[in-house]
Amino acid sequence: MRITVDGEPHDVPDGRTLAGVLIAAGRVSWRTTRNGGRPRGAFCGIGVCFDCLVVVNDVPDVRACQRFPVDGDTVRTQRGAELPG
Amino acid sequence: MRYPDVVVVGAGVIGAACAEALSAVGLHVTVLDRGPLGAGTSAAGEGNVLVSDKGPGPELDLELASLRRWPDLLADLGADVEWDAKGGLVVATGETAARTLADFAAAQRTAGVDARPVSPAEAFDLEPHLTRAVVAAVHYPQDAQLQPVLVTKALLAAVRRRGGTLRPGLRATGARLVNGAVAAVRTNDGEVPCGAAVIACGPWSGEVSAAFGAPVTVLPRRGVILVTAALPPDTVRHKVYDADYVGAVASGNADLQVSTVVESTAGGTVLIGSSRERVGFDASLRVEVPRALARRAVGLFPVLADVPVLRAYGGFRPYAPDHLPIIGADPRCPGLWHATGHEGAGIGLAAATGRLLAELVTGAEPHVDPRPFRVDRPGVCG
Repeated sequence: MRITVDGEPHDVPDGRTLAGVLIAAGRVSWRTTRNGGRPRGAFCGIGVCFDCLVVVNDVPDVRACQRFPVDGDTVRTQRGAELPG
Repeated sequence: MRYPDVVVVGAGVIGAACAEALSAVGLHVTVLDRGPLGAGTSAAGEGNVLVSDKGPGPELDLELASLRRWPDLLADLGADVEWDAKGGLVVATGETAARTLADFAAAQRTAGVDARPVSPAEAFDLEPHLTRAVVAAVHYPQDAQLQPVLVTKALLAAVRRRGGTLRPGLRATGARLVNGAVAAVRTNDGEVPCGAAVIACGPWSGEVSAAFGAPVTVLPRRGVILVTAALPPDTVRHKVYDADYVGAVASGNADLQVSTVVESTAGGTVLIGSSRERVGFDASLRVEVPRALARRAVGLFPVLADVPVLRAYGGFRPYAPDHLPIIGADPRCPGLWHATGHEGAGIGLAAATGRLLAELVTGAEPHVDPRPFRVDRPGVCG
């Protein structure tokens, strides 16, 4: 299947989380903090810390480490706190 | 080693506020808690400093006294406790609730509350994401919020700066009496000799006071709060709740009650309350509780529909049969004092409660009428 991340196409094997896809593509951060805009990526990797957030199909606060991509997903960097839509 | 003048049993916000006020008038205080400091009921709430939910009466008087004291007390403590005088907005979405709210606010104004009726349009200016189903609203500029664990720790730090002692992990098991009066608090690790003891164990004051041979009736009411992901600043600006919260607070109904209370925190997360269940000390989470909280919060703020919930937490609010705090001397045991029963309002009421308790202990003129909170009132003592 194929998804886009910040406009770039990525081919994704089955069974790999979005965090896995991003790390495999060489990215270590894909979000910025609310205060200070500092970079964040996967920290706990098990869905607890809510640090690896991305925006998937316009829905923010999606945990990349818990999300298995679906063909056609549009993923982008989350900048601080965002509201859905 | 110097023995304390007073042992405070319970290091929640009420015990901490009592200890702070007692140490401020020069008494030597030891605070003990069977667990960590500020880790029980005080760590399981929202940090309400509310006048908006209180009708005319003793609890409102105590809250107004607290509200007057908090700014000076926090300045004395010199700690950042996330105090936020954000104000409250109570909204009604039906004509019956609107009339009830208007009558309630009118009564509050006669008792010194700043309760300002606002039109729906003005309410939407105050809260742009509020549901357009609102037909009436009242703005309460006096309502505030603080972080309960931070304020508890700040109060306890002041006690220690004044020479007091904090002993987390020490369980009080009773009192040693001499001539019928408190001479020491017994613990799982020996006795602490003292001139007086204050039991401030929140919902556990019932069992602790029984161990002291002077039982008071305090019961737990469970409340659960949902925490959302951090949202952009100003998504939720005030403490916003629906008008039926007032009825739920005052109710004796055992069934699950849910009223929507929505507010943001300094960290950006939004807290969603409030539920009330009488289930003893059962801490298990019934799924219908967070479900009802979430559904009603989305009704108040539709934007929350696609916002994830990070976690839920809950705790036990201590209440007396007549829903008033218990503050004062135990009539059966000289030197024994109680401070508990603040239900979901203990954070806000702590400032005046500590001061009142210290006034009663030292024989000073009380700054609020202590009689409604006395221990020997019907249903509390015995």
